[in-house]
Amino acid sequence: MPITTRSRLVASTIAVALGAGTLAACGSSDDDTEASSGPVSLTYWTWAPGMDKVVDLWNKGPGKKEQIKVTVKKQASGDTLVTKILTAHKAGKAPDLVQAEYQALPTLVSNDALADISKETADAKSKFADGVWQQTTLGTDAVYAVPQDIGPMMFYYREDLFEKYGLEVPTTWDEFAETARKLKKKSPGTDLTTFSANDSGLFAGLAQQAGAQWWTTEGDQWKVAINDAATQKVAKFWGGLVKEGVVDNQPMYTPAWNKALNTGKQIAWVSAVWAPGTLNTAAPGTKGKWAMAPLPQWSEGENVTGSWGGSSTAVTTDSDHPAAAAKFAAWLNTDGTALQALAKESGIYPAATNAQTSGAFTNPPEYFANQADFYTKAAEIAKSTAPSAWGPNVNVAYTTFKDAFGKAAKNKSDFVAALNTMQDDTVADMKKQGFEVAQ
Amino acid sequence: MSSLAVRKARPAAGTTPGTAQGPPQRRRIALVPTVTLVIGALYCMLPVAWVVIAATKSGSELFSTFTFLPGSGFTENISDLNAYRDGVYWKWMGNSALYAGLGALLSTVVSAFSGYALAIYRFRGRETIFNVLLAGVLMPPVILAVPQYLLLAEANLTDSYLSVLLPLILSPYGVYLARIYAAAAVPSDVVEAGRMDGASEWRIFTRVALPMMVPGLVTVFLFQFVAVWNNFLLPYIMLSDDEKFPITLGLYTLLEQGANTPALYTLVITGALLAVVPLIALFLVIQRFWSLDLLSGAVKS
Repeated sequence: MPITTRSRLVASTIAVALGAGTLAACGSSDDDTEASSGPVSLTYWTWAPGMDKVVDLWNKGPGKKEQIKVTVKKQASGDTLVTKILTAHKAGKAPDLVQAEYQALPTLVSNDALADISKETADAKSKFADGVWQQTTLGTDAVYAVPQDIGPMMFYYREDLFEKYGLEVPTTWDEFAETARKLKKKSPGTDLTTFSANDSGLFAGLAQQAGAQWWTTEGDQWKVAINDAATQKVAKFWGGLVKEGVVDNQPMYTPAWNKALNTGKQIAWVSAVWAPGTLNTAAPGTKGKWAMAPLPQWSEGENVTGSWGGSSTAVTTDSDHPAAAAKFAAWLNTDGTALQALAKESGIYPAATNAQTSGAFTNPPEYFANQADFYTKAAEIAKSTAPSAWGPNVNVAYTTFKDAFGKAAKNKSDFVAALNTMQDDTVADMKKQGFEVAQ
Repeated sequence: MSSLAVRKARPAAGTTPGTAQGPPQRRRIALVPTVTLVIGALYCMLPVAWVVIAATKSGSELFSTFTFLPGSGFTENISDLNAYRDGVYWKWMGNSALYAGLGALLSTVVSAFSGYALAIYRFRGRETIFNVLLAGVLMPPVILAVPQYLLLAEANLTDSYLSVLLPLILSPYGVYLARIYAAAAVPSDVVEAGRMDGASEWRIFTRVALPMMVPGLVTVFLFQFVAVWNNFLLPYIMLSDDEKFPITLGLYTLLEQGANTPALYTLVITGALLAVVPLIALFLVIQRFWSLDLLSGAVKS
């Protein structure tokens, strides 16, 4: 008996302590901090390699003049970083600036973690393509981030092997399917490419190219259309090719995939502008044998591409100096010297249109030395990027994609059923999180 | 040998129930257990062998040559790792050593105190405290990381060395183990005898009980050291400054550099290999303390 009373006492003590902690948390977050003039020190969470060197340019140049010092804290990229930012935000300790992928912005905004920097970035807008800028406004008048890099999608192929097998570079997806079939007939052990169920970003980009708008808002309600007609078309197309056995169904970025690219067992790759870097590590032996072409189109004469990857610089609501932080974000992503340094140190493909053909991008990447106009072509393709539409739980949609499509690709079963699972799970999660979802 | 079970044994000078006392078993190699163990060893050693061999491959050999064919890039990998951002890897290694070494030491000290107290002293609430601790053992540390972050954020301690060390100091598992061990290895007779001779409680603990508990505490230390060395989520949430990262986090940042930058596989593999070396060294050095187990003890039973 005494034990139970005692344990109850312990339990209630803990509860009281926790409660006090929570109250204190509420109290401390109300601190009013005025934007003061004088030296300002900002922290910046980013995963881009070499970012510290780029930020040094700011600290020694314009930052010194304005007395705004930025410190880089290098992070690991990915969905886990979003969780980390949100956890820090809960404690009121998020850094002043964060690097965020476009699809993560709605999640961060719906948690009230990002500040509206439309006032400070009014001049920056003109430097970006509309489709890119629109991703940082989420269709509102606010601006939640400045675009940094983009990943317009392209078609990469082994020039020498295409010639050897007598294949033409496909300009439409129908031709793409024909090419895959033709190759399978000529060389049964070789695949044109693979459908990887590990990379949700690739599928999202392909759907985007087909015209899908996965998340849209209607008044106060979200509309989720992951299984809309456009996406179904994409799913059916790839599901058909996998079922037919003319493209591989193994995931990308594995040692086996690297080997397949190296040995010419896979001779093409649907990827984005950053592919040269990846190919350099994945298939170092085939350097100079690849070429890049625009993504195949759904109908003749169209000119649209999707995007895969890309990120932006955002200012958090925890920042004591949002205006100073926004100033830095605008400089980092629009200033000529900053962008050249970013390209050189971090290897990014800039979102700012004027930087896409200047300086570091006049010569092709080393891996594509055989294609002199690589970046001119890339800039041309980047202009044709279809608008994207991200929602507040992209991570959930992506996880279910991996599960459902992973299974479907492995069993060569119905891709549309997998797509429906993705839609249902995403809607269910949004409702659970308390979003209004229109059916 | 004293009984291993925790029980509220009276301090009476009775004998504990004897264990089986048959003659030693004949030595012969049992086929089935041996084969099972060999398979188990292979299963555990194969990934290690992979890491060792992959660390010798240069970037271009890593995925193109036969998996278990040693490459030619080991020294180059080491110097690349050494050069990466002015040797930040060694900084991570030092941080890991600090977190694991100091953290494990502090937590062993706390475990020793509390384990001894829970095993030897009788006081109100002893069982309650022990039960709470048991609940703590069942609680995976992972789910505590976020609440701990929020608590330390209150104290403005996040992103500091302390933020990683503090949550490690109290290890429910360590206390649990220390209590079990103290109950088994420190006979109450000895404690009583010390009191009779007029030794203070502190003296009895440090001079009499502690030496008896050493093998158990070594185990606690090793467990904690390995747990902290491999810890990921707690430092991941607590730290944002990569100069304070432990090795696990540092290597993770090398893997996840964003979509447009390929992972630095050769560096990560070489880094992972080097990160295991201190653990192996520690085990080899400390292992001999375990053998004390059979020799220690002051009471014949």
